Amino acid sequence: MDQAYELYDAILSGNAKAAGALAQEAIDNGADPGGMVASRMIPAMDEVGRRFECGDCYVPELLLAGRAMKAALNVVRPLLAAGATERAGTVVIGTVQGDLHDIGKNLVTAVLEGAGFLVHDLGVDVPAARFVEAVKEKQPDILALSALLTVTLPAMKSTLDALARAQVRHRVKVMVGGAPVTRQYADEIGADAYSDNAFGAVKLARALMGENPPCSTVR
Amino acid sequence: MQYRALAIPDPRQLVYGRSPRPVKCGFDLEIGGGLVFPEVNFTLPAIEIRADTWSEVMAQYHEMAGNIVRRAVALQVPGIVLEFELLPPMTANPPWGAEITRLLRQHLAEAYDRHGLRSALRVTPTDIRDQTRPPVLREGAPWENLARSFEMCIEAGADIVSIESVGGKELHDPGLMYADLRQIVFAVGVLAPRDTAWLWDRISQMCGAQGRAIPGGDSACGFANTAMQLAHQKMLPEVLAAVVRAMSAVRSLVAFEHGAVGPSKDCAYEGPVIKAITGCPISMEGKSASCAHFSPIGNVAACVCDLWSNESVQNVRLLSGSAPEAYTELLAYDCRLMNIAASQGHGLLLRDWLSQSDEDLSAQAAMLSPAATCRIAGAIVNADDQYQRTIAAGKSAVCELRERAAAGRLKLSAKEKQWLDRIEAELSALPGEDDLRAEMLDRCADLFAPRSYGWE
Repeated sequence: MDQAYELYDAILSGNAKAAGALAQEAIDNGADPGGMVASRMIPAMDEVGRRFECGDCYVPELLLAGRAMKAALNVVRPLLAAGATERAGTVVIGTVQGDLHDIGKNLVTAVLEGAGFLVHDLGVDVPAARFVEAVKEKQPDILALSALLTVTLPAMKSTLDALARAQVRHRVKVMVGGAPVTRQYADEIGADAYSDNAFGAVKLARALMGENPPCSTVR
Repeated sequence: MQYRALAIPDPRQLVYGRSPRPVKCGFDLEIGGGLVFPEVNFTLPAIEIRADTWSEVMAQYHEMAGNIVRRAVALQVPGIVLEFELLPPMTANPPWGAEITRLLRQHLAEAYDRHGLRSALRVTPTDIRDQTRPPVLREGAPWENLARSFEMCIEAGADIVSIESVGGKELHDPGLMYADLRQIVFAVGVLAPRDTAWLWDRISQMCGAQGRAIPGGDSACGFANTAMQLAHQKMLPEVLAAVVRAMSAVRSLVAFEHGAVGPSKDCAYEGPVIKAITGCPISMEGKSASCAHFSPIGNVAACVCDLWSNESVQNVRLLSGSAPEAYTELLAYDCRLMNIAASQGHGLLLRDWLSQSDEDLSAQAAMLSPAATCRIAGAIVNADDQYQRTIAAGKSAVCELRERAAAGRLKLSAKEKQWLDRIEAELSALPGEDDLRAEMLDRCADLFAPRSYGWE
């Protein structure tokens, strides 16, 4: 088996150390970096995504595969033609003010990063003003807001209001999610998209970036 | 004080409603003395908690307490516990939490005076110490507000205080997401016990200083319930969530080694293990907490409870009235059935039915069966320190699952079996505590602050 095939397996099995080493070995042996990404690395991630969606693997396998992909990309990226490794997009993410829950947000962050997005995580209990500041400073394509408590839902609306008051609402697409969030609520507060799970969030983010046709959860 | 033996060594003595160390609190209420009582937990609908919305917040709590008490009186419950879980802004601003505590206490006092309703008020401040990354647990405004919140709520009339403490969660959450057993065990078996010990020394002291509130217990909600919910969403293997549940009992037991006397917190599904070891009463939640979350342990959770809770319900309108009063009714009938069965000598039979109806359908439910409870509890008290106890609890959970699967009782998919093998191998390969600590200090230095755990 050549290194490229082994690289596919290393990514699929989440072995970051092997993935990095095999990518280097393949490059040293004259493999085409662009071809390697297209024919081995991306298909490996697609396969692990497919397995997850079918219920054949869990989040840890998915995240470990993402970590292995990153290790291989670190080797390959400098050799690719300019523009070939552009980010899928930039996202600012945070849990809204008053809410300390972060596992859902962290999962969305990890999955977005695995999908090639640059993610700026503002953490938990983030005041609206800090989201506004980050939109101005980081100039993200997408702002992702998370909440787990019913009583912190209104902070999502306050954040959108603050973006409007600061006249930056038009600069960014806003995506919302979390246990008490509904599509209806997302519509009411004027969010651009809503997802009830991390993987849906990635699809939405891609749709918002114009990669895929808009789906029903994108306004 | 470290528990070295089981308070309830015979699984047949591990029953609902009765604990070797019952507690008396509130308005003439004895918990663990023979009856199971409803514990009703209620929360606000979507509303921002700010100074200018405060009168509306208070009005909501006034309405909820009034409705719950009325329904409880109408159903002639022999006793009731109201639980007030502070929301983060109410802990960050301690006078707010105290004001609601005072209001709820007033409702219970009036119901006792007018109707003789026995009751107690449990108050649970939110552990807000994890606002920064890495969390600063032992100093700074969040800790000061949390401590002040306990003091003021006790002063305002809390009869029982509890917490869902978060020390170690900063490593546990990412550990779970990567199913990194070394990180999980370090978080739940080293960091969490250190924080729980530190915290409960202070909570117990605060209760003692004022002389009226009792230190209830701590919940591993942020650890094991996180795993349970992720498993429910098919994000994590169910066997991992089950093993984490067993291991988390060790950190919750530490609260009892540092002054807690029960009743433990409702969402602490590790409660049965705590009860078997300490003999203290516990609160549990299951089928009648479906308003708050899914669980595969709806019946088995009731097996050895002393309080039976709904976890949390929002104050929304239903056909029969408000949701909190509707859930009061559900709990009242659940308790009525358990109490009548026990009074007629059928408590053990009902307990076994509650267990058998769930325990073979889910790895997590299996962990809560009286047999598994005693096994895990025994493994814990036979090990020396918190780290070894955590590993022992995990290994006994693995053995329990293996035996059930081998006997054809518990059906595990091939994928779940692979995970069980992996968990077992990783638990067996864990190094000594000092070596694991050195590894984590090196590998996860950005995730936790050693000084939060008493290390410089």
